[in-house]
Amino acid sequence: MKRVAYFPGCALKDQARGYEAGAKKALEVLGYELVELSRWNCCGTVYALAQDDLVRHLGPVRNLVRTQEMGLDQLVTLCAMCYGTLRRSQRFVEEDEERLSRIRAFMDEEQEYAGGVKVLHLLNLLRDEIGFEPLESKVTRPLEGLKVGAYYGCMLLRPRDVGVDDPDRPEVMERVLGALGATPVLFPERTECCGAYLTVARPDVVQARSERILASAKSSGADVVVTSCPLCQFNLENRRPAWAAGLPVVYLGEVLAWALVQGATVPEEIQARIGKPAEVKA
Amino acid sequence: MKKENTVTVFLMGKAYRVPAGLTIMKAMEYAGYRLVRGVGCRGGYCGACATVYRLPGDYRLYADLACQTTVQDGMYIAQLPFTPATRAPYRLEELAPQGETLLALYPELARCVACNTCTKACPQKLEVMDAVQQALRGDIAQVAELTFDCVSCGLCTMRCPAEIMHYHVWQLARRLHGAYQAPRSGHLADRVGQIRQGAFHGELDRLMAMGKDELAQAYKARDIEP
Repeated sequence: MKRVAYFPGCALKDQARGYEAGAKKALEVLGYELVELSRWNCCGTVYALAQDDLVRHLGPVRNLVRTQEMGLDQLVTLCAMCYGTLRRSQRFVEEDEERLSRIRAFMDEEQEYAGGVKVLHLLNLLRDEIGFEPLESKVTRPLEGLKVGAYYGCMLLRPRDVGVDDPDRPEVMERVLGALGATPVLFPERTECCGAYLTVARPDVVQARSERILASAKSSGADVVVTSCPLCQFNLENRRPAWAAGLPVVYLGEVLAWALVQGATVPEEIQARIGKPAEVKA
Repeated sequence: MKKENTVTVFLMGKAYRVPAGLTIMKAMEYAGYRLVRGVGCRGGYCGACATVYRLPGDYRLYADLACQTTVQDGMYIAQLPFTPATRAPYRLEELAPQGETLLALYPELARCVACNTCTKACPQKLEVMDAVQQALRGDIAQVAELTFDCVSCGLCTMRCPAEIMHYHVWQLARRLHGAYQAPRSGHLADRVGQIRQGAFHGELDRLMAMGKDELAQAYKARDIEP
């Protein structure tokens, strides 16, 4: 079992608990133990763009220090937002020696950050560390007959230099779903923004976005939409129009668990499509 | 007193030679200050004697309790007997033990940038910033646990660039935890029942009927815990 440091982020401990549970169990099957940082703080949530606004990078970098303290050099996240923030912050402070030295000088109560902690999203881990073929070989319940629309949203893909895949034509999630036996369904809105934090101030905007995204997935034939972002999941589930009620929006970790983990809880509407455990290959 | 048994400290910028080994509080009194505010239990529990200081050749601003910290030569000392911090009005019985409650009453929590300055300032060596993060995650029990030893000295609150009023938040979290989450203690309910039923009225009546001398005798002869 390979140990990797794991940064959960706030949503994974609250509304997105199912994502964490599924991903952890699925990765165990694949030989990876997600070891949660014993202490962690918010990823930083919204990346600071101002060049001199270093104080907002203290939070992200502190999580990299925690990883270093564990003697590990890879930090895995499940949440697209945490991934984007931690990865961008890590690159921002490490690409400029002066920034890094100022951060180190301020955080004099911590072990000095040596740099080089690699921030990975679950999808990076599945594609680049585990590989699609080994992933497929561990599937105990192929999701045959299940049409899944992979919804990327923005943070996984943008900006280009930290995205997990080509922001215009991503395929990593479809490749994962294919390895699990499901039928990936491409839909035009899969890389569009869900409206993000406008869900608070302008729920009407997010409602219109959710409606478009779900209509696009549905008309392309998806039975279920999968995401790795707790904010996207919240928006699509809670701002959706009534007609889209039959199109579940689930987390990547849950889908992985259905296919990989013996005895995983599969929702009835999904089970109806992929068959009961007894009909599944051993 | 021999010179080698003394140290020089600076109280509000003025130099005093005081005996080595004194606490900051005792050194202030030795130098002639009569402490009215900024002093309380003298035992490290009440949090009244918040103090900041610097040492020669060191850029750090240290924060500690005056009654718990020994003077060092060259120490620059100032007391912060009170930290302005507004407690939000609430009725505990109308609140729910969840993160939204903390954020609704103390929305400045969301301004935390994880700079950790609060943790550096804590004389109790609490993981203050971790508690802010747990509050943002809505884990009331963890906040209560992490801040159990908070003495409300206000030093974290004074140093916080996000202007969070920590000790009021911690108090609210501990109240919510105690009222809604922590297991009920049976013996407390038993004892409250006994009091309501008048089990101690006889003892109180006996004390109330005593004269002053008799009461003083009884006080001197009382059982004292070791």
